[in-house]
Amino acid sequence: MSRLRTPLKTVRGLGSARSGTRHFIVQRITAVALVPLSCWFVWLALSLVHLDYAGARALIAQPLHAVLMVAFVGSVFWHAQLGLQVVIEDYVHTPGLEIASQLAVKFLCVLGALASILAVVRIALGS
Amino acid sequence: MAEFTLPKNSKVQKGKHFPAPAGASKVRTFKVYRWNPDDGQNPRVDTYDVDMASCGPMVLDALIKIKNEIDPTLTFRRSCREGICGSCAMNIDGTNTLACTRAVADCAAHEVPVYPLPSMSVVKDLVPDLTHFYAQYASIKPWIRTQSAPPPDAERLQSKEDRAKLDGLYECILCACCSTSCPSYWWNGDRYLGPAILLQAYRWIIDSRDEDTGARLDDLEDPFRLYRCHTILNCARTCPKGLNPAKAIAEIKKLMVLRQGA
Repeated sequence: MSRLRTPLKTVRGLGSARSGTRHFIVQRITAVALVPLSCWFVWLALSLVHLDYAGARALIAQPLHAVLMVAFVGSVFWHAQLGLQVVIEDYVHTPGLEIASQLAVKFLCVLGALASILAVVRIALGS
Repeated sequence: MAEFTLPKNSKVQKGKHFPAPAGASKVRTFKVYRWNPDDGQNPRVDTYDVDMASCGPMVLDALIKIKNEIDPTLTFRRSCREGICGSCAMNIDGTNTLACTRAVADCAAHEVPVYPLPSMSVVKDLVPDLTHFYAQYASIKPWIRTQSAPPPDAERLQSKEDRAKLDGLYECILCACCSTSCPSYWWNGDRYLGPAILLQAYRWIIDSRDEDTGARLDDLEDPFRLYRCHTILNCARTCPKGLNPAKAIAEIKKLMVLRQGA
C-alpha cells in the first residue's frame, strides 16, 4: 500500500508475454528424441570399451553412427540449454547476474555442440 | 537470488509452554507458530497441552479450545468449520490443509506442529497475508465472459456432458493450500499464478458457456504465469478437497499446444 499501487496492478505487471509454448514444445521434442538416441549412445559407449583407438575411430566414422552422434550431441545441448534456462529463470533473480548466466549458458551450449559436431565430422571424414 | 535461509528477524525461537490442567486424561500437544507484529519480537513456537477428552476431534476444535480456555492471544482465521470457506487453511503436521477437516487423531506427530501457510507474509500468528493471492485470482477475471446476449427467457444452457467437465474444478474453495505448497510459487509467486488460480482459470476455459476462451489462453501464455509449473505435484497431494490442480494446468498446456496446430 505504501507504494500507492493496487495489488492487481502489481499482479498484471507488464502483461502476458504471449510466449513459452514454443519452448515447452521444443523441450519435449528434444526429450523424445533423446530417448532412443541415449539408448543408442549407451550401446555405442559399451562397444567402444573393447576397441583400440583406430577401431573406435572406425566405428564412429561409419555414416550411421556419425549421423546419430551428431543428432545426439545436438539434442543434448539443445535440451540442456532449454532446461538450464528454466533453472536460471526459477532461481536467479539478481538483475545483472540473471542476464549474464543466461548468456553464458547459451554460449557454452552452442560452443559445446559445435565442438562436438566438428569432432565427429573430422572422424567421419578422416581428417 | 532465491533465499534459502530465514532473515534474522524471522528465525523461530522457543516459546512458552502451557501444561494441561491437572486431571487431564487424554493429552495431545500442539506446537503453534506465534508472531505478533506489534511487540518487535522474533516469531516463536508455543507449546500447548490440550486435554482431548474435553475437546472436539478436529485440529480447529483444539485451536478454538486453546483460544477459549488456555491462551486468548492466539490468532487464527476460521468460519464455517466444515471445509467450505477455506479460512482455516494452515500448515498442520507438515502439510497444508484445513484445520476444520483435519482430525487430530490422523496427525502423525505426537506434538502436532501448526504453522501458517508457507511462504506468505504473516499478518499475525496463523494468519497469512493473501492479498497478492486474491489479486491474482481477480486478474484471471473469474466470471463468465460472452459476446452473445443471453436468451431473453432462459438461462444459458449447458449439456450434461459439458457440465461434467466442471467437476473437480468448481469444488475449489481458494484456500491457497496448493499454491503455498508449491516450490515454484515460493520462488516466483510474484509472477507465477500458482495452482489454485490456474485451476480456477481452467474452470472458465473449459466452461462451454464462456466465449472468451482464446483471450483467457492469451492471458496465461507466459513463461512465468503458466509455464513455471514444473509438475512437482505438491498441489494435488496437499489439496484438502481432493482436487488435482496439476491436471488442470496440464490441460491448459495441452490447449496451448493444440492451438499452435501441433
